[in-house]
Order: sequence, then C-alpha cells, then structure tokens
Amino acid sequence: MNRPKIGLVLAWLVIGVALLWAVVPGVFTGHDPIAGVPAEKLQAPSGQHLFGTDAVGRDLFARVVHGAVHSLSGAFVAVGVGLLLGTLLGLLAGSAGGLLDDAIMRFVDVLLSVPGLLLALTVIILLGPGTVNVAIAVGIGSVAAFARLSRAEVVRVRRTDYVEAAFGSGGRYTTVLRRHVLPNSLGPVIALAALQFGLAILAISTLGFLGYGAEPPTPEWGLLISEGRNYLATSWWLTSLPGAVVVSVVLAAGRISRSLGADLGKDRA
Amino acid sequence: MSLLDVRDLAVSYNGRRAVEGISFTVEPGETVAVVGESGSGKSTTAHAIIGLLPGNATVDQGQILLGDTDLATWSSRRMESVRGVRIGLVPQDPANSLDPVKTIGAQVGEVLRIHRRGDRRTIARRVVDLLTRVGLPEAEALARRYPHELSGGMRQRVLIAIAIALEPSLIIADEPTSALDVTVQRRILDLIDDLRTEFGTAVLLVTHDLGVAADRSDRLVVMKDGRIEEQGPSAAVLADPRAAYTKQLLHDAPALSVREFRTAEPPVREPAIVVRDLVKEFRAGPSAVSRAVDGVSFEVAHGTTHALVGESGSGKTTTARMVVRLTRPTSGTVEIAGAGPGRLFRRHVQLVYQNPYGSLDPRQSVAEIVEEPLRNFRLGDRAARRARVGDLLERVALPKDLLTRKPRELSGGQRQRVAIARALAVEPEVVVLDEAVSALDVTVQAQILDLLEQLQRELGLTYLFISHDLAVVRQISHTVSVMNQGRIVESGSTSQVFTDPGHEYTRELLAAIPEPVR
Amino acid sequence: MTRYLLSRVGQAALVLWAAFTAGYILLQLLPGDSVLIKFQNPELGLSPEQIAEIRAYYSGGNPPLVDYLHTLLGFARGSFGYSIDTGTPVVERLAEALPETAKLASAGFLLAVLIALVIAFAAGYSRTSWIRGALLSMPSLFVSVPVFWLGIVLIQVFSFRLGLVPVIGGSPAQQLILPVLTLAVPISAPIAQVLARSIDQVYTQPFVPVVAAKGASRWWILWRHVARNAVLPTLTMAGLTIGELIAGSVVTETVFGRNGIGRLTEQAVNAQDTPVMLAIVVLAATVFVLVNLVIDLLFPVLDPRLEVAA
Repeated sequence: MNRPKIGLVLAWLVIGVALLWAVVPGVFTGHDPIAGVPAEKLQAPSGQHLFGTDAVGRDLFARVVHGAVHSLSGAFVAVGVGLLLGTLLGLLAGSAGGLLDDAIMRFVDVLLSVPGLLLALTVIILLGPGTVNVAIAVGIGSVAAFARLSRAEVVRVRRTDYVEAAFGSGGRYTTVLRRHVLPNSLGPVIALAALQFGLAILAISTLGFLGYGAEPPTPEWGLLISEGRNYLATSWWLTSLPGAVVVSVVLAAGRISRSLGADLGKDRA
Repeated sequence: MSLLDVRDLAVSYNGRRAVEGISFTVEPGETVAVVGESGSGKSTTAHAIIGLLPGNATVDQGQILLGDTDLATWSSRRMESVRGVRIGLVPQDPANSLDPVKTIGAQVGEVLRIHRRGDRRTIARRVVDLLTRVGLPEAEALARRYPHELSGGMRQRVLIAIAIALEPSLIIADEPTSALDVTVQRRILDLIDDLRTEFGTAVLLVTHDLGVAADRSDRLVVMKDGRIEEQGPSAAVLADPRAAYTKQLLHDAPALSVREFRTAEPPVREPAIVVRDLVKEFRAGPSAVSRAVDGVSFEVAHGTTHALVGESGSGKTTTARMVVRLTRPTSGTVEIAGAGPGRLFRRHVQLVYQNPYGSLDPRQSVAEIVEEPLRNFRLGDRAARRARVGDLLERVALPKDLLTRKPRELSGGQRQRVAIARALAVEPEVVVLDEAVSALDVTVQAQILDLLEQLQRELGLTYLFISHDLAVVRQISHTVSVMNQGRIVESGSTSQVFTDPGHEYTRELLAAIPEPVR
Repeated sequence: MTRYLLSRVGQAALVLWAAFTAGYILLQLLPGDSVLIKFQNPELGLSPEQIAEIRAYYSGGNPPLVDYLHTLLGFARGSFGYSIDTGTPVVERLAEALPETAKLASAGFLLAVLIALVIAFAAGYSRTSWIRGALLSMPSLFVSVPVFWLGIVLIQVFSFRLGLVPVIGGSPAQQLILPVLTLAVPISAPIAQVLARSIDQVYTQPFVPVVAAKGASRWWILWRHVARNAVLPTLTMAGLTIGELIAGSVVTETVFGRNGIGRLTEQAVNAQDTPVMLAIVVLAATVFVLVNLVIDLLFPVLDPRLEVAA
C-alpha cells in the first residue's frame, strides 16, 4: 500500500518540469524561440533540434519551453477566477440556504447550460482577444463546476452528526462554519482545482489554436499546433510534439487531482 | 454422513489470514449457530461455504464437504450449479438486498429462471405459492410491486422465499434479523424454524447475538479473531462454558445475564427533566401531516436514568432531539431545571450519538475534539484547558497517548469514550444518550455501560437513555417509558415494567427478547 | 406526477429565459458600441453622422428595455434579428449551418456512447487487474487530448500515412469518419468514467451477492442487475456532456474545414457579429436544457423509487 505509485511520481515530475520551463526556460534550451535560422528550416527532430525546426528555422523545442509560461500562467489565472468566484458562490448558497441558495443555483444552471467554449467566445467578443482575456474567459467557464461542487460539499458536511455535535457543544454559527464545515468541504474542491488546471490548459490552447489568444510569433502551445497545420503532410513533428506535451501536462494534472481526491477522501466519514 | 463438513478451513484477504483452523459439521435438518463479534471471521466462514468471498480473498487450505463433494476445490462457475439449488442464502440487510429496479416477482422468479425450472407461466404460479408460503398477504399483487414499497420484515420474507425456492438442503442465514425490530425479528426467526421443520432443511445461523443463538440453535460454534473458541450442543455450552471468551460473552450479553434492577432513591428535589404534552408534526406531503411524536409526557428525577424504549419509527429519537433543543416541538414543553437560555443551554444538557464515528470531526485530533466545548465557552486559559482534557480522558479510561490520534485511528469503543468525554467537558447535569451503545459489540457495550453507571455515581448525572434494546434498558435504567407510534404506552419503574407489564405492546416487546438462561 | 412535470418544465423555461437575458446583456447591451468600434476604423472614412445613423439602424434607436423586450419577443417567435456582418436574417444563416452540425454531433454522440459502453462493460466484466487498469485509465487519457490536436493527428495518420481516408473529395460518409471519431473520443471519456464507476459501486451493493447466491453467472449479474442500476447516473452525465458536444463540434468543424455552426461561430466572433453570437448561445443553451429536461423526465420511468418521490 505504501509502495510509491509510479504514475503519480511521473505526474508530479511532468508538472514540475513544466513549471521550471515557465520559470527558467533558459536552463532547458539555448535556442532563441522567436528568431529562426532560415537555413535550418523544417528539420526533423535530431540531437541538435530535439523537436525539429519550423518553417522559418526556429527550434521547436525552444518554442515549446518558452511557451510554457503562457499556458501555465493562463491556466493559473483561469483556475483562480473559477475557484474564487465558484467556491464563493457555492459556499454562500450552501451555508445560507433558502431563497439565496435557489437564486444562486439557478444562475449556476444558466452558466452550465451554455457550453464553456461559447461562453469563453462571448467573453472574448466583450473583452477582445489576448492572453489574459482568454484566461479570464476560461475561468468564467469553470465557475459552474466549482460552485456546484462546493455547494454540494457544504450541504453534505452540514448534515453530518459532527457539525450538529459542534453546535451541541455550544459552538456559534460562524465558529462551526470556520472550524468544521469549511475544512471538511474544501478537500474535493482542491482536487477539482487540480483537474481544472489541466482542463484550463486544454481550453486555452484551443482558443489559441482558433486564434483568439496570443499574437503570432508568441510561442503559445495552441498557436504552435495551429501554425504546424500547414506542414501536416511533410513535417509531422510540428503538430505532434507540442500536442504530446499538452497531453502529458493535462494527463498529469488529472492524475494528481485523483490522488488528492483519494487522500482527502480518506477522512470522510 | 454429515450434510456439511468443514475441515481445517483457512481464508486470507490480500495474503493476511482472516480465519484459520475452522472445523465443524452441520447435520441434516439441524440449526448450527456461528456466534462472534465483528472481525471474528463468522461471515467470512459462511461466505466461503457458498463460494461468495470477495475478489481479494483466497481459500488457503481445508475442505468444505457438502455431501461427498469438496466445494473448496470448485471453480466459481461450477459453484453456480450449487448456489440456490443445494445452498440458499438469507442475507443480513433486507433493506438493500433486493435489486431496487426490479419487481418482487421477477426477483423471486429469477432463481427458477436461472436454473430453468419451468416456463414463464409455471414460474409465475410458483412465485405466488412461495410468497404465500412465507406469510406474505396478497401475493399476486405483491409480486408486481418494488422492494421500496415493502417494510423491512416483508423484504426479509421475500429473501427467505428466494432462499427456499428450490428447497436446498442447507440455508445460510447471515445475521438474518439484526437489522429488524425485535418483534419482527422474532416472527422471522419463527418462520425460518417452521420452514426448517417442514422441508428438513439445515440452517447455518450466523449471528453476533448470543441470545438469538441460544434460543434458536441445536449447536453453537463460538468464534473469536478468526478461530473457533468453543463448540458443542447449545444447552451444554451455555450451561457450562469452557472457553474464557464464551464466559465473558455470556456475562456481557445483557439478555443472558440477569442482574438486579437499579432502583432510584425517592426524589428529594424537583425533577431534572419535565416533558409535557410534546408533539412533533412533519409534513408528509402537500397537505398531509404526520405526527412523529404525539403527546409525550414524562419526568426524570435527578441523578437517575430514564429510558425511552421503542422500535424504529416510535418517535423516541425525535423526542430526544426535542429535549436537547435540536428539533423544535410543534407544541408542548420541555423543562430542564437550571438550564440557561440560548447557547448556555448547551452547558447544561449534552447529547451522545449512536454512531461515534459520524459525530466526531474526522479532521480533528482527540485533544481538539474534547477541548472544543471548553473553547466555545471560553473556560480557562490554554494550559487549564489542556489539563482538563487530560482529566476527562482519564475519567473515560482512555490512555493519554491517544490525544494526538484522529477518530479513524480509534476503535469503536474508544470513539464512543471520546464522545462521552466531550459531552462531559462542560460539566453538564443532563446527558441524553441516543442509542449510544447500539453500534458496539457486546463486550465493548458492557464496558461502556459500566462506565456510564460509574460516571453517574461520581458526578450525579441525569441520563435520558434512548434505546431499542430492552435487555440493555433493563440493565441501565431506573425508570422506563415504552413508546409506540409516537405515544408513550406505558411508564414506570424498570422492575415494574419488566416484571409486570400493563400494556399489550410491552408484553409483545418483552416476549421477543430471548429467555435468560441463568 | 403532473406537479413534477410542470415544475421541471417551468424550471427549464426559467433557465432559458435567464440564459437569453444574460446573453443579451453581455452581447447587445454592454458592447452596444461594438458597431462603432468597427465603423470608427478611419480606413472606412465615415463621418460621425453616418456612424450615428448606422448605430440607430442596428439598435433601432429604442431605449434598452424596449429593445430587450423586442428582441425577446423575436426570439420567442423564432426570429433572431439580422446579422451585422452580412445583413441577412440570422435565421437563414443558422438554417444553413445547422444540418451539418446536427449530423456531426449526433453521429459523434452515438459513437461516444458506444465507446463508453465497450470500455465500461469490458472493465466491469474483466477479472484480470491489469486489463481492468488499462481500460479504466483510457477515459483520463481521452479527456486530456485537445480535440483540435486529435483531429490533426487523425488526419496525419489515416490520410497522409495510411491513405485510408481521402483528405479532399470522397463521399459525404467518408468525410464524416474522421470528424466523428475526433468528436467522439473526448465525449466518451466522462460517460465511460461515470458508467465504470457506477458499475463498481453497484457491485458493492448487498443485492449483488444475493443474486449470485441464486446461482447467476457473472454475465447474468452484470447485464441484468448491475448495468440496469448503473445506467441512471450515467444518463445524467450523458446529459451534461451535451455542452461539450456542441463546443467539440465547433472546434472539429474548424479543423476539418466543414461548414456548420462552428464556422458560423468563428465568423461571428471575428466580425463581432453579436446578433449571430447571441442566437448561437441561446440555441446551444436550448439544446442543453431540452436534452436534460428529457433525461429528468425519463428518470422516474427508469427508477421505480423516484415515482413516489416525484
């Protein structure tokens, strides 16, 4: 049982490396992500160019490494927006109950009824394209998920005997909320945050692919894949390798989310 | 030749031994009871016989001879021809043992369909016969209904109908009545007895309840920690137990040990609790209202224990919750002498729950749990509170090294001691115990009951004790109120109610507890 | 029963109305000057008077509340206004795009359900732990794959490497294969996940050993009891994937260059064509709400326990 889980270790490793790429890209690659060497264009992966080069001779690996900061910071902003707004709404609805609960949850139903992508595109029409706007747009798309989960958790915990017992030992409403309801509700929400982190990377790269994120030469991951489409027949690496990086990071976030959910779930009565 | 001959059976879960050296026999037509507390391996033994061990369990050695075939060597697929045909199963939990989305008829008929006993019409007729045989009225209409429309007792009858459908030579009854009310329990056990005599079926009765085992079995197998402690004819084992564990079980089982009734001193001051005409109504539908508690009145004298006893749905728990002000009464009053208003009420009256695991915050340590009431009422500084927590733990006989543990790292008995320590922290005068010992094994139950008695003597506590278990009530309470369908049908001193019951319902309840044997 | 029906229908209508209103506020009211931004572009060389005229033309020059009620009434009657970009009625543009997307989405959903069933049942039946593990990890892989990238990889493998599906030309059915597969894979993941988890959970119910004690085979138990009970939570999940399905269709259409709602959405966003976008958002919300309403109404039929509660 205490045997380290290889998958989980690998997942943390992937996330760790991606974070390092975002913070200190220079350590991982000496190539310039923006300026290309035209003589070396469209080269297949090799020892010299780990992921090959693109149509203007830029090192693809360098572009992926330098692109991490755009995707990851965007995902952080998105999860921050979703977590903050969503959890606040959910906690409010769950602890207040009654009419306010109904009103908030109908609002969440509305958010849920519009596909995340369309919601994000609506926000982009409003705010215009750009990295930060895309991140906010994606975050708003995840508000519904956070709100529903955190409300469900608060309602579940509020019904437990130990919360009643806490009132029974003379606890005031706010004390019980702070000491028992919140700590016991937040576990699954944290697990959801990890999952949403991966999904936000996915959504941001999708919007980047559609051309609403960073402006071109910025090495954003979705944009990289989009640029590689024109060379599908000849240069497979231009789309496949950045995509594989996105898949690994999202997969790793999902794996970590599951382990958080399982660990935090152990305490549940 | 014995019908069932288990020889030196050993079973492991994930490589860890659960039961070992199990040998016993069941003769045709007799009832053998396997008795033990939780974790004794009694259910594992029963499931090994019918080949329904979970996936992580393995039979390591031994033989399970049914007639002259050794089932231990049979594959799961081969066992399909034995299950239902030669061995039937009556499960533990009637509430969840029927598929909720299939009709009763379909589920009884299924055993016949699986073993291809007749066409659709014959099966439908046989289903009605079977349902009638187990004492269910209007069998034809019943066959079209769904499990959730039936009471617990009716569901258990349906499950018995399934078990006897193909007239197997052995029925394994795994705690067949522990989830049922006492009066229902007795009728179900009577039914199993009747069917046994009628069909000559042998019964392997798995139970934690020594009283039930003593009452219903020809022979007893006593298990503890995966081994057999003692076995023999029931009467002989009960009259002259050899193993120390059997002796302890007999001593601790409230139903089997007759003790002196507790008698209260005549009340010197005003009563601690006065309940007058308490009524609680719940909305049962758009316009319907149901009365869970219907005009309940009683008094409890200082320093005594009053028991509210009744079956599920009798309104006893709702009454208790109104006494501790967790539920607001529709009408009527609860007066507790000396109790303050609002939050101060909680310093005077405390509640202990049935399920200690559920009533302790899983994220808090034992020290934090016991200290919490002191923090709520700002009693003492940090050092004083810490000292008080140490005292409380000592009072409930818990070792100090448990202070940093989390609830999930404690045993059931330890958890309930923590819950009691928390209740005592603010020095209340009244403690309401809602089925506080029902979830515990008998030996642990006996220890907690002793602790409660001791605390009452030392601290002069007044208890309101809610229970469905008459044997426990007989042992701990000074006075009793018997509840049925929201009303108190009889009230009085414990000795009077138990020796000279005035109400028909009380007599029925008392008849349902197994006769004490010594 | 009728009470339940009425309250669910009422709730659905309320959500739709709220979705419309929110969309209207976001897309029509707040960016009321989006038209201005577009026409203010100095390259067009329009005078302020001309801009004011254009603005009056699009908003009707009415106060916001009147305009809102006007638009709401229009939507209720099935008239969604005029496209800023092309000047044609939005209904026409939607009618043009919808059939293609409906074809793609429904085929994609069917395939997704099929994939989910195969994964969940194979995992539920299998007793070999590594096969089970491999099957159960497939959904988490599927949700981690960007839809657009999956489409590109499929084109690369099946069209360019293997030459199985033509890149251009080919019959309509051939053209549908890769987009449908692209769409189905991520949609199948949550359905498979919930179904597999429910199957596992139903297996722990006490009624399962009772059925086994009747002598039922593993397949009998899985098919007649476990699956029947596990289908309920799965249905709820399937309803929630409708949003993903619509979003996935939009992306898939872009990758494969198909005409449909996806292409229309892209055009609307690029041209800041707010009436078209509002219509698309309301349409998507309507589909979502209707599908989930049907599922809700189906529940009491599938689970006899809910009949009483309802």
